[in-house]
Amino acid sequence: MPTVTAFLMSEVMTLWLFAVTPTRFPAPREVWEALRQIAVTGYADARLHGHILHSVKLVLMGFAVAVATGVPLGLAMGWSRRTEALVNPAFLLIRPIPPLAWIPLAIVWLGLGDAAKVLVIWFAAFVPSVINSYAGVRAIEPHMLEAARMLGIGRWTLVREVLVPGAAPMIFTGLRLSLQACWTTLVAGELIGAAAGLGRVLSQGALDIFPAMILVGMVGVAFAGGVMTWALGWVELRAMPWRR
Amino acid sequence: MSLRLLSVIGLATFFGLWTLIALSGLVQPQFLPTPSAVAQEFFRLMREPFVGYTLQTHLASSLGRFAMGFGLAVAIGVPLGLAMGWFRTLDAIVTPLFDALRFVAPIAWVPFAALWFGTGIGGPVLVIFTGAFPPCVINAYRGAKFVEPRFIEAARMLGVGNVRMVTEVLLPASVPSIVAGLRISAGLGWQSLIGAELIVASSGIGYLMVKGQSNISTAIVMSGMIAIGVVGVAIDVALRALQARIERHRQ
Repeated sequence: MPTVTAFLMSEVMTLWLFAVTPTRFPAPREVWEALRQIAVTGYADARLHGHILHSVKLVLMGFAVAVATGVPLGLAMGWSRRTEALVNPAFLLIRPIPPLAWIPLAIVWLGLGDAAKVLVIWFAAFVPSVINSYAGVRAIEPHMLEAARMLGIGRWTLVREVLVPGAAPMIFTGLRLSLQACWTTLVAGELIGAAAGLGRVLSQGALDIFPAMILVGMVGVAFAGGVMTWALGWVELRAMPWRR
Repeated sequence: MSLRLLSVIGLATFFGLWTLIALSGLVQPQFLPTPSAVAQEFFRLMREPFVGYTLQTHLASSLGRFAMGFGLAVAIGVPLGLAMGWFRTLDAIVTPLFDALRFVAPIAWVPFAALWFGTGIGGPVLVIFTGAFPPCVINAYRGAKFVEPRFIEAARMLGVGNVRMVTEVLLPASVPSIVAGLRISAGLGWQSLIGAELIVASSGIGYLMVKGQSNISTAIVMSGMIAIGVVGVAIDVALRALQARIERHRQ
């Protein structure tokens, strides 16, 4: 099978090298030159690593705020029926609004700067964090909770020793979904307007009708998103050694 | 205190706080209108055209694009996934390409979509397609991979060929998985549509919101958000009904 794959990849490369019209889709040489240009002299006011770091920084900020607010809320909703009854109706009203639909609102409120992007990323990651933490607590086997209660452990010990570890697999599922949502939302936000970041590279490339640079931007988006997903998987393994 | 009462209190607090902050004068009404002002704006947009069309017409053009992109994704993705589940060579060829492309966020296709297919219908449809395509492929593939082996053996014994195996054994057996994939796919497609329309379009609900944003009218932006949420829920409810009907039919 790997031979078939290798063969096909080489076919795709040859097709790309010789058959595709250069105006609509960039040739490999143009992509290489665009990559060199952005890495060495810079494009859209920054060099490649600057754009990537800018995007990653915003995603991590919004993601951290969403995790810090969403996971505790989800745990509380899963643990106490009263909290659930109090919060859930308002949450259900907000939940169907896709993260991207918050972008215009964030721009009206905070303008085109970084603050608006962090706000939107927070919204994007908040909903999956809450839902999965909530489902995680609900999935804990009742006899674990009863055993903990029998042993008479205190409230904080219960949260630390039973709820969080029990809900951890679902929480991490939620974090993975959140991270993807964050990344998509940030790229959309930067496409609409930004001073730096990979979305800025894409939108500037579109304005200049520079397909090679657009492709470089897309590869950058895929690469940075892939690295962050991988890093989260690494954290997941460290956080739940018993799952290995 | 009863749980239902708590729910009412929760909702009342949400809208109460919103109204209080809006009325307090701390924030200008154009940045935070009261809930009733948003509702009024919503109904006004349904009667009077804004940037060319009424709210319903904007929604209709969004839904038309969505139907095309989603339809294309289903029509190509489901057969491809099923075929990948049966023909190993195809699986080995497509999976690496697919995995590489999947990491690109659908929204990152917007510049190419606009360059290749323009900003009218083609561009947004491509973006919806890239959002809705992966779940169609993945769920059809998983459905085909987890068909009970005895069905496949029985069909082989009867001398069924490759094509009939896919259409008459794998397809019916993986319908539940496919329909579950359609729900995910529709959700992602709808969301990608909004993204595409925010960036490139001259009509549609995303375009209405962008224009509301540049007029600094929070009420218009929020009306758009409500419409998007309602239609998104309606699409999901319709697909869930389809799913329930299929489950009933199979029992």
